Formats: sequence, C-alpha cells, structure tokens
Amino acid sequence: MQALKKMDRSFRSNLVTYGMVLLAWLLVGLASSAGLISNSLQGQLVPICTYVVLAVSLNLTVGILGELSLGHAGFMSVGAFFGSVLWLCISGSVPGWLGLVLSMLLGGAVAGLFGLVIGIPVLRLQGDYLAIVTLAFGEIIKNIFNAVYLGIDSRGLHFSMSDSASLGLEAEGKVLINGAIGITGITKVSSFTAGVLLVLVTLFVVLNLVHSRAGRAIMSIRDNRIAAEATGINVTKYKLMAFITSAVFAGMAGVLYALNMSTVVAKKFDYNTSILVLVFVVLGGMGNIRGSIIAAAVLTVLPELLRSVADYRMLVYAVLLILMMIFTQSPQLLAARERLFGLVRRGKGPAGKKGEV
Amino acid sequence: MKKFLCLALALVLALSLAACGGSASSAPAASTPAAGSTDAGTPSASGSAIKIGGIGPVTGGAAVYGIAVQNGAQLAVDEINAMGGIQFEFNFQDDEHDAEKAINAYNNLKDWGMQVLMGTVTSTPCIAVVAESSADNIFQLTPSGSAEDCIAPDNAFRVCFSDPEQGTLSADYIAGNSLAAKVAVIYDSSDAYSVGIHDAFVAEAKVKGLEIVADEAFTADNKTDFTVQVQKAKDAGAELVFLPIYYNEASLILTQADKSGYKPLFFGCDGLDGLVAVENFDTALAEGVMLMTPFTAAGTDEKTATFVKNFKAAYGEDPNQFAADAYDAIYAIKAAIEKAGVTAEMSASDICDALKGAFTQITVDGLTGSGITWDAKGAPTKTPAVYVIKDGVYVAA
Repeated sequence: MQALKKMDRSFRSNLVTYGMVLLAWLLVGLASSAGLISNSLQGQLVPICTYVVLAVSLNLTVGILGELSLGHAGFMSVGAFFGSVLWLCISGSVPGWLGLVLSMLLGGAVAGLFGLVIGIPVLRLQGDYLAIVTLAFGEIIKNIFNAVYLGIDSRGLHFSMSDSASLGLEAEGKVLINGAIGITGITKVSSFTAGVLLVLVTLFVVLNLVHSRAGRAIMSIRDNRIAAEATGINVTKYKLMAFITSAVFAGMAGVLYALNMSTVVAKKFDYNTSILVLVFVVLGGMGNIRGSIIAAAVLTVLPELLRSVADYRMLVYAVLLILMMIFTQSPQLLAARERLFGLVRRGKGPAGKKGEV
Repeated sequence: MKKFLCLALALVLALSLAACGGSASSAPAASTPAAGSTDAGTPSASGSAIKIGGIGPVTGGAAVYGIAVQNGAQLAVDEINAMGGIQFEFNFQDDEHDAEKAINAYNNLKDWGMQVLMGTVTSTPCIAVVAESSADNIFQLTPSGSAEDCIAPDNAFRVCFSDPEQGTLSADYIAGNSLAAKVAVIYDSSDAYSVGIHDAFVAEAKVKGLEIVADEAFTADNKTDFTVQVQKAKDAGAELVFLPIYYNEASLILTQADKSGYKPLFFGCDGLDGLVAVENFDTALAEGVMLMTPFTAAGTDEKTATFVKNFKAAYGEDPNQFAADAYDAIYAIKAAIEKAGVTAEMSASDICDALKGAFTQITVDGLTGSGITWDAKGAPTKTPAVYVIKDGVYVAA
C-alpha cells in the first residue's frame, strides 16, 4: 500500500486502466466457463474490443492532439482488407494465432502508411483541414474497395478495377476481393483473448506515448500551437506521430474485426462508422482514455440490450446518448458529481482536471 | 476546433433524429406483425410450437425488404397456426442490413431458443450469419439472400434464384426467343445483386452468341443521370437494353431514353418489380418493358390472388416478391418438418440434420413457382416467368 502511494500518479492511473481491462477479461472468462454469458454477449465480445481499440486510438488524434478526424473507419477498412487478404492467402500454412498477428502487422502497417500520406500535407496546415480531408479519405477508400477485384492462382495475384471476369484466373484460381460483394469465405480466427491483448497493446503504446516527452509536446500543440512552436517543438513531426499511431491501431482493429466474420464489405466502413467511433470518444471524454474504453463498451452493448423495445430501439438509443452527454457535460451535474466523489476521496489531492489521462 | 466539433455533433444528432423520424413512420407497418407475433405466440404455452427465427433489415435503407419478409412470413405463420396441427412461434430481429448486427441478431435469437432460422433477407449479412449457423448446426433457409455464398455450407437453403442464375436465365431467354442480337447492359457496379447478375449475363451472352455492344456501369453515389449510358447504348445500336437493377433507377433510365428518342426493348430481372408504382413516373414509358420475376402481385392464379388479398387486409399494401419468398419459405419449412417428422421437443441440431435430408425430397407449390424442389447444395429448381408490361399491368409473355 505504501509502495502504491509512492508511485507516480500517472503510473498508478495507468495501472488502474490496465487492471480494468484485465479484470473484464477475467470476469468474462470465468462467467463464460460457468455458462453464465448469453450468446448475445458472447458474440459481441470481439466487436467490443475492436471498438475500444478504435476509440482509444481516435482519442489520441481528437483528444490528445486536438485535431478532428472523420475518417477513422477508412483506416479500419484499409486494415480489414489488407489483413484479410493476407489471411486468405496464408490461412492453410500457418497456425491461427500467427496468421492473426501477421495480418494485424500488415493491416496496421498499411493503414499507417495511408496515415502518413494523408498526414504529411494536411497536418502542416492549421484549422479544420484534417477533418475535411479524412472525411473525403473515408469516402474515397470505400469507393475504391467497392471497385477492386483481386484474384489468386498458381501464377500469382491478379488485379482489376472492372469485373471479376477480367481477372483471367485459371480454373482453380480463387477470387479474393470481389468488388461490391467484398471478401467472403474468411475463416474466423479473432477471439476475445486476442482482442483483449490488442486492447492492452494499444493502451500500452498510447498511454506511454502520452506520458512521454513526445506526448507532452503533442498536448502542448493542442493547448497552444504558437507557444509550442516558439519553444522549438517541431509541430508537424509531433502531429504526424500522433496521427500515424492512431491510424496504425485503427488498421489493426480493422483486422481484428474482419477476421471475426466470414465476410467483409466496403460499405460497412462508411461515414456512419467513423462518426460512431467519434461519438464513443466524445461521450467518454476527449483526452480521457479510460472514458473511451467504457463508452465504447457500453455503447456497443446498449443497442443489443434495447432489442426488447423493438421499433423504438434507435429512438431510445438517441435519447440515451443525449442524456449521457448532459450527464458528462452539464456544469450543475458536474458540480454535484464533484460533491459526491469529493466526500469519498477527501484528502486524496485535487480531483482530476479536464484533459487528464 | 471546438466550434466545429459542436456543429458537427449537432449535425450528427439532427441526422440521427431524422433517421428516427424515418423509422417512426415505418413503425405502424412494423408494429402490426409484432402484435401478430404475440398472438401467434399464445399456442406455444402448450410447449408444442417450433421456434422459427427471422433476421432482416426493418430499419435503414433496406427496410423495405426486411419489412416485406417479416410481414410475408408472419402471414404464413398465422395461417399455419390457425390450421391447427404444427404450431410455429415466429420472432423477427432487425439487422439494419449489416453483417455485424446480423450476427448480433442471430445470437439474440439463439438466446430466445430458435430451432430453425428463416433468413437473412439480404446477401452480405446472410453470408456472415450462414458461417455462424453452420458452426452451430442450425437449419437456415434464406428467402431472398441471392449471392452464391449465401448457401455455401450444407445447412443452408434458399427460396429465390441466385443472382448468377437470373443473369444466365435472362441471357438464355433473350437468345432463345431471338429478342435481339445486339444488347446493351446498364448496371450498378457498387451493388452485389446487380454485379452478380451482370457478370453471369455477360458470360452466358457470349456462349449464346448475343453481342454485347455496350456495357455501362454506374454507382450508388451517382445514380440520377444516365444520359451518358443511354447515349452509348443508342450509339452502339443496341436493340435491347438489359437492366439488372432496381426499379427506381430503371424508371430514370426509361425517362431519359425516351427524351433522347431511343426506343429499344428493355429487359430486367426481379428488381424491376414495382416499376409501374414509381411516383411521378409516366407509366406509358414502361409499356413493353419485359421482366423476369418469380412473383408479381398482379398474378391472376388463385393462390396469388388469395395471398395478395390477405396481405393487403393485414398490412394495407401490395406484397412484393420478398414477401412472397418469405411466405413460401415458411410453407417449405412446414413441408420439410412434416416430411421429417420433426417435433418441438427436438434440439436445433437434430432438427437441422433431419431437415437437411427432408429438404431435398419435398416439392412445394408456392407463390414464386409451382413444383419447387431443392438440390443438396440448397438451391431451388423452379421455372422463371417472364412478364411484359401492357397498359400498366403485367401480362405473361
């Protein structure tokens, strides 16, 4: 206990975050082996991990760096498509976990590359350009994947943008990406454990980045760009660092998501999915990593819990979102919450400020 | 930045509210069967009802199809329950035309105790769900999932034609009746249904000696102006334009072709069903349009007439092909259950094994074809019917 108190405050806070994820993993594992978990929740475990990773990584861009990104689903789709194509090609020859890791590495790397290509010109600018460009990127990448045909046979990979017949595959060749039909026939390899591991890796990288020298530079850009530049911080470099890290994890989350289902289509990764992740980040609190985790998990499960109200499902969901926003933002409620928690943690130092991680 | 974010979020909220407005307007239609399902659920108190799950989009852009299937299936379930004998309990869950939500809906139905799955309505969710149901060994019959992969595992069967089959049959029909030698195709390259038909049509046309003089695509983001595609078909001298698309776009193509003075023969698939009901569309332009579809509400045989009358009485609108597919699906499940001697006490896995065998032996006289049989792969065998629009109504060609 004494040692715990001596620890750095941020380190303690990080431990709580990791512990929360591990505890969730343990509880679910125990409940699942005891048969207490419904099929409905069981099926959502991997999507929850995906959305947690997406929300945490987007929080790095939106909350820590202070730039708005509206194309997170675009990076996710890049990861999903590259990762699942790799998995389709190697699924026979390597064990599942290795295939998943390799696919994630490829998906993350390619998504990071796209982040670099977009980031270099756009992050040099001031203002809301990143929001506009990422929005366009998401739409462009969706339409491109909708028109891509990729096949494989003994002669190697074949690529076309017109239709599957023009691939000229041999008789035993296999179409990997079939335009609007997308990728089909993926063997499922994602598991809840793999998802939790990815969440932990994401948290480890993001939290360490935020608490490092680079992280402080990134936050100083958010708080005052001119002051940051005046102290000699290379603004574009640190912006790129945050943005690319965010893109890499979005790509990896895309792989986790894609390899959890037998089919992937480009239409899934549209504007709505990007906004969904942004909603997780905003409702969890911008810059608050733990909040992103909770918001992503709760808001993924919520629509399923609302199935009982059938037709009013989406209406209730929207009302709950508004209530949540009021609950986390309204000054009166915040004051009331401070009073409540102030009683509990009196004497433990000042309560957390906005932007605390 | 903050201001922009505020604006962006306000916009999102407004959008989601608008989306709610949309689903609220469809709520009356959707809530009727929900009420019906509780009625249908009453006999299950005796524990003898077989639980049939359904999955499809009842909200979002594809809601038209999901609601039609839900209503068509509910009508069939109510009829069967009223007959006595085998009793069904029907539970239909929304998937918003999304693979992830479809799997959620599937798991939700599993928690409910589903024994047979009638779904899903649309192709992409169906491909995702079929992998799950095959792992769990639950029998699945899709009314309208038309992509080839929808019935890839052996536990999955379908009622409708597959997309490639429609393309092949259309090419065969056009060549067999020598409707034209030079053919143009206008299709939606961003839609799996349209692409599926198109690819098979082009391949079969080559075999049958039809000359494709123009092969023009459009995408879902760009589907209001077809003058370029129409002009290309006209310049190439196509005598027939094949439209493997939905009726809304087709109505625009017909209007724009008429404006440019181009009068070829138009030929479409089941997506064109509904053409004469498009608002603000001069139905005179639809005269002579041919379409290959397994079902039309204008059908005159007794079975169809009764179905249309009952459907209209229950839901206040004409049934489309999806409703008919779902109606047939429920009756096909009933026939197979009778054949295999399945009872409500059996586990979903045992039922699946029994139905897999029984489905290849039954013959169903349904709305979408008489004497429908299934092969072991799960594909139905039925004869397609071609209709011509004359004076605003469908006439068998």
